[in-house]
Amino acid sequence: MKEIPLQAEVKAPKKFKVSSLTKTRKRSDYLWAYLMIAPTMLGLIIFYLWPIIQTFYFSFTEWGAFGQYEWTGLDNYKRMLEDTNLLKSFKNTGIYIIFTVPIGIFLSILVAVLLNQKIKGKSVYRTLYFLPVITMPAAIAMVWKWLYNSDYGLLNYLLSLIGIKGPQWVSDPKIALYSIIVVAIWSGIGYNMVIFLSGLQGIPKMYYEAAEIDGAGPIRVFFKITLPLLSPVIFFVSIMSLIGAFQVFDLIFMMIGKSSTALESTQSIVYLFYQYAFVLNDKGYAAAIAVLLLIVILIITVIQMVLQKKWVHYD
Amino acid sequence: MMKKWLIMLLTVVLGLLGLAGCSDSDKASGDAKDGKVEITYGFWDKKQVSAIEEIIKLFNEKYPNIKVKTELTPYGQYFQKLETAATGGALPDVLWMNGAHVVQYAEGKVILPLSDMAKKDNYSLDNYSKSLIDLYTVDGKVYGIPKDYDTTGLWYNKKIFDDAGVPYPDDTWDWNKLKEVAKQLTNKEKGIWGYAALMGNQGGYYDFIWQNGGHIISKDGKSVGFDQPEAIEALKYNISFIKEGLSPTQAQMTETAASELFSSGKVAMMFDGPWMVPEYKNNPDLNVAVVPKGKKRAVAIHGLSNVIAANTKHKDAAWKFVQFLGSKEAADVYAKTGTVIPAYNGTQDAWKEAVPDLNLQAFIDGAEYSVPLPSVKNTGEIWQYETDILKKAWSEEVSVEDAVKELTKKANESLSK
Repeated sequence: MKEIPLQAEVKAPKKFKVSSLTKTRKRSDYLWAYLMIAPTMLGLIIFYLWPIIQTFYFSFTEWGAFGQYEWTGLDNYKRMLEDTNLLKSFKNTGIYIIFTVPIGIFLSILVAVLLNQKIKGKSVYRTLYFLPVITMPAAIAMVWKWLYNSDYGLLNYLLSLIGIKGPQWVSDPKIALYSIIVVAIWSGIGYNMVIFLSGLQGIPKMYYEAAEIDGAGPIRVFFKITLPLLSPVIFFVSIMSLIGAFQVFDLIFMMIGKSSTALESTQSIVYLFYQYAFVLNDKGYAAAIAVLLLIVILIITVIQMVLQKKWVHYD
Repeated sequence: MMKKWLIMLLTVVLGLLGLAGCSDSDKASGDAKDGKVEITYGFWDKKQVSAIEEIIKLFNEKYPNIKVKTELTPYGQYFQKLETAATGGALPDVLWMNGAHVVQYAEGKVILPLSDMAKKDNYSLDNYSKSLIDLYTVDGKVYGIPKDYDTTGLWYNKKIFDDAGVPYPDDTWDWNKLKEVAKQLTNKEKGIWGYAALMGNQGGYYDFIWQNGGHIISKDGKSVGFDQPEAIEALKYNISFIKEGLSPTQAQMTETAASELFSSGKVAMMFDGPWMVPEYKNNPDLNVAVVPKGKKRAVAIHGLSNVIAANTKHKDAAWKFVQFLGSKEAADVYAKTGTVIPAYNGTQDAWKEAVPDLNLQAFIDGAEYSVPLPSVKNTGEIWQYETDILKKAWSEEVSVEDAVKELTKKANESLSK
């Protein structure tokens, strides 16, 4: 629909071509650019921006059955202050982030650097590390759930061979969250590794040659050349993983049963959102949680943007 | 210049095509085409697809002009999807309903009352057990025509009983006997538990609470009875199996479903419904008996029904289909396939005979002293609180007394909403 007025505008400058050629030229350039991004923009507005605005609006309402709602002002936000479940879910998500993001990034850099060397069967390893990325999270969760099964799982069976009675990996409230973190790190390495690999290959060879001539060892080369020149990529990956980690849901949903004793100590913010929105049908409050999460992610991303000046090197 | 215009034109045309494609995708569905009417039928159980298809075939022999399109949604998403569909006025014309949701849907006016239509067409509701009709009666009006019902039985593993030299369960059993036998059958070395004390309401603690003379929701519908002494005693009895090591723990049962432990011979006895017949009948060691009695006999009964969406454009066709789904002919098809107990009186025997190796009479006997699963406007919410709070008692994190106190408070709040 939007294209029709655009077409008319293109026609117009054609008539006054003589008046100002350069200006027309520029205008039609912009026009083309806008036309080209129009499909994506439309998609973003319809499927992202509009729902965000709606969620914001609904966060001030209370829902009854079948789409009836009423304006309740700040009630949902006031309710948050007393919601211990919400506090707990923030704590759980926090622990999840603190472990998955740094460890995940560290391990993916390590793997990327190793796979950037001249070793045999490099592409086989790259494929192996990337496999979890193309596997459905649900499938990953199901397989790990069985590995973790305390009575019949492979993990505890192996432990029993060396005489250790394994814990209840996904049922013990003290351990369950860390069991999920392990799976999250494992399944995330491949994706970050590919990004780091491309970053590594973008580092000009001459720096390494210079370092070799100056007699720097491999460790020193890594810290003085590779790491600083990789920092823009690390920055990008850390922002993306942080946002992803804030929104963790699928692994918890699949691996921790609804009647599991470990649910309270593992449920994330998004899990809680799901619970309120779709199980308890408390959509207004769920919208408020979503808004809160949006704000938290926004603030943290801004902080990262500010801090990047201190450690990210753009050459 | 020519080229530029061509590209521009193409973009516009494609864009318009795309937009047009979105708008008329489901305009046609349900509209009359050469005198034919199409209605949709929404349900959740995959195991019943073949029976439903056969029923639709029979229906079309009678009404060739009503085409029925089926819409299968797994139970996990079924009511979430309905909720959204109801909000947008896009419910399937005819759909499955359960007791937990009927009040909410009836009061929300998204399903149609059927009483008047039934009266007009002389459609008799006496063909179904009264407790099932009551389950779907809201404010004096019937909203659903019963389709099937289920009660609970005590499933047991004959092999484990034989190995321990213990006679099989029968209708003389009571709570003490269940406990005593569970003790005899529990074998730590072999990794066998005597009984699985499931944390579930239907076929679980509800049945025990009723057997002990307690109630779940008071008659006036304003309070729950979890904090009454009868209920506390019943919950404690359940949990005692776990405490004494006669049942897998709550954690073990969430990691490996109790039904899996049972069908693989790790659990000797457990409560379960007739919906497990298609699975359990594959293991010749398994059989079923009536549930043991407490102070009195009681077992939860629940059944599904077919309802008509208020947004249907083909009310007459939908009503004809619902009538047929509730008919003896349809019930016979269900009976034959042995999936669920048909609700139509007199067709249960055929269901029983579909799997002669199992003592399915236990489920039909249960119907005599059965108690309907309570249904209020916020049933789903109360169930959620039960799961969230009682699991802490089941895992012995908190005492039963503390758990029921919290549960009663939250459930009463949601009843007063």
